Amino acid sequence: MQTSPWLALVISLSPEELTAVGVSLKVASVATVVSLPIGVFAALALARWRFFGKTLLDGVIHLPLVLPPVVTGYVLLMLLGRRAPLGAFLADNFGIVFAFRWTGAALASGVMGFPLMVRAIRLSIDAVDRRLEAAAGTLGAHPLWVFLVVTLPLALPGILVGAILCFAKALGEFGATITFVSNIPGQTQTISAAIYTLTQVPNGEVGAFRLTLISVSIALTALIASEILQRWTSRQFHPIE
Amino acid sequence: MIVVDVGLKFRSFELAVAFSSGGGLVALFGRSGSGKSLTLNLIAGLVRPDRGRICLNGRPLVDTQAGIFVKSHRRRVGFVFQDAQLFPHLSVRHNLMFGRWFSPPRERAIEVDSVIATLGIEHLLDRSPGNLSGGERQRVAIGRALLSDPKLLLMDEPLAALDLERKLEILPLIENVRDAFKVPIIYVSHALEEVARLASQVVILDAGHVVAIGSPGEVLSRRHTAFDDQRFERASVLTARVEGANNNYGLTELVHPAGRIWLSGLAGPPGRELRVVVNAADVAVATVRPDHLSVRTVLRGSVASVEADKGPLATVTIGLLGGDQLIALTTRMAVHELSLQRGDQVFALIKTVALDERAGHRR
Repeated sequence: MQTSPWLALVISLSPEELTAVGVSLKVASVATVVSLPIGVFAALALARWRFFGKTLLDGVIHLPLVLPPVVTGYVLLMLLGRRAPLGAFLADNFGIVFAFRWTGAALASGVMGFPLMVRAIRLSIDAVDRRLEAAAGTLGAHPLWVFLVVTLPLALPGILVGAILCFAKALGEFGATITFVSNIPGQTQTISAAIYTLTQVPNGEVGAFRLTLISVSIALTALIASEILQRWTSRQFHPIE
Repeated sequence: MIVVDVGLKFRSFELAVAFSSGGGLVALFGRSGSGKSLTLNLIAGLVRPDRGRICLNGRPLVDTQAGIFVKSHRRRVGFVFQDAQLFPHLSVRHNLMFGRWFSPPRERAIEVDSVIATLGIEHLLDRSPGNLSGGERQRVAIGRALLSDPKLLLMDEPLAALDLERKLEILPLIENVRDAFKVPIIYVSHALEEVARLASQVVILDAGHVVAIGSPGEVLSRRHTAFDDQRFERASVLTARVEGANNNYGLTELVHPAGRIWLSGLAGPPGRELRVVVNAADVAVATVRPDHLSVRTVLRGSVASVEADKGPLATVTIGLLGGDQLIALTTRMAVHELSLQRGDQVFALIKTVALDERAGHRR
């Protein structure tokens, strides 16, 4: 019987490697899904509103893009570590623990992907013609409705791009994650961390190579998916008849 | 009933506009940069004035003294933009129904089907705005604004981006909208024919200020400082009645107290009252009834005034039999050689081609 090479590759993964792939996908998906609404809101605020401290907010959002990832991870550790004030407060009152959990990995990779996401969404909101929003207003639509039925759908391609960028960044995130939540197999060990570990042990090259192939294929799938989605959304706006 | 009295200062531009209207179509007329569009934006609530009041049917939309500023989505004021501004991600049908969504069901006075029929857009409903022509887009934009059940409709040069043929197609539709749906309209334009044809009241703006208010007949023939450098813009508005059509030649015969007016094209059933616009440059003056001439329309009257300065041109205002005034643009030499003076009996020659159907006013 002929097995496809991909199936063979997946079957040949060791249980630890398979777990790392699962953790990576879970961490990156949760990071993207949770940060998407916040990212849209932040992008809207930066693109359309005038308020005190806007430049500061812009700077804070973009900080992870320019800081060394290890520094971002360390800042998160200082804020949300088990003994850090905020981390202890969340753990005692809400039972939310980030330190050394996969949720912490999701948080770290979300923070790292956030500036990329906000940039893409902000650009697409900037590109929405404000006179269209004015037109919707004169037709009786409350600003919130205008945002939901005019601005948001028109900015959708940029929002998709932002989500894909965030997902890709979260998938590849290494420095901040390993600093904040360490490298615990089955809990916080992502593909990147697993490859790093495999390169440190004798005879780990084969496993590292398998994970590299998996990593490349996930990235390609994400890129192709974003391309298809973008074509689909632009067809929604300009169908050819 | 709309009452506007607002002021706004923006950099070096100062706007101070006051007018009121009891209904019908008010045209804001003036050259670009005179503050016409800004006035519309103030009425729609897209711009906030520094001072003043805007009242619609007794409801204050803006009153700076009382601290009132009604947001644009609560004004019930429809807006037709020059470039339509249709939502590109929605079909024509959904564009039309957009305002419907937000209007209170009990106050819906305008029916969807009659709007679609009036504007002739049935066949466009499932299309996307991206592949409509300019004229189609503008029709949908008018329908979209109407279907939000506005108490007032604002139109910002809705025909300016269209070619002549499209204009002639949309103009009667605007007339139908004006007459069928009883929504008061404020219409911004710098095209004389549109204003003369559509407006029941004209407000002329220049540099942010109102320079004249009145019926098209009164206002458009007057000489305004605002148009000093564009004398060709001056025109007269005559009211005439349809006598009958001459199908052989594709002409319509109109009766005016001062004579017959031949209109190219067909202009409806006999007995209908029409307003026709005559550009001053299309009128010639003769002191005896001319013969052997291609011009068919000859009106009788007497010279009411002659305006001439040092330039080569002169303007002769003719009081026609029946009371209408007709303005003729001639040369100063002609005035001198015919020795035209106030009170002289004259014949005004109007080229038939100048009186096409678009200048007529349908009722």
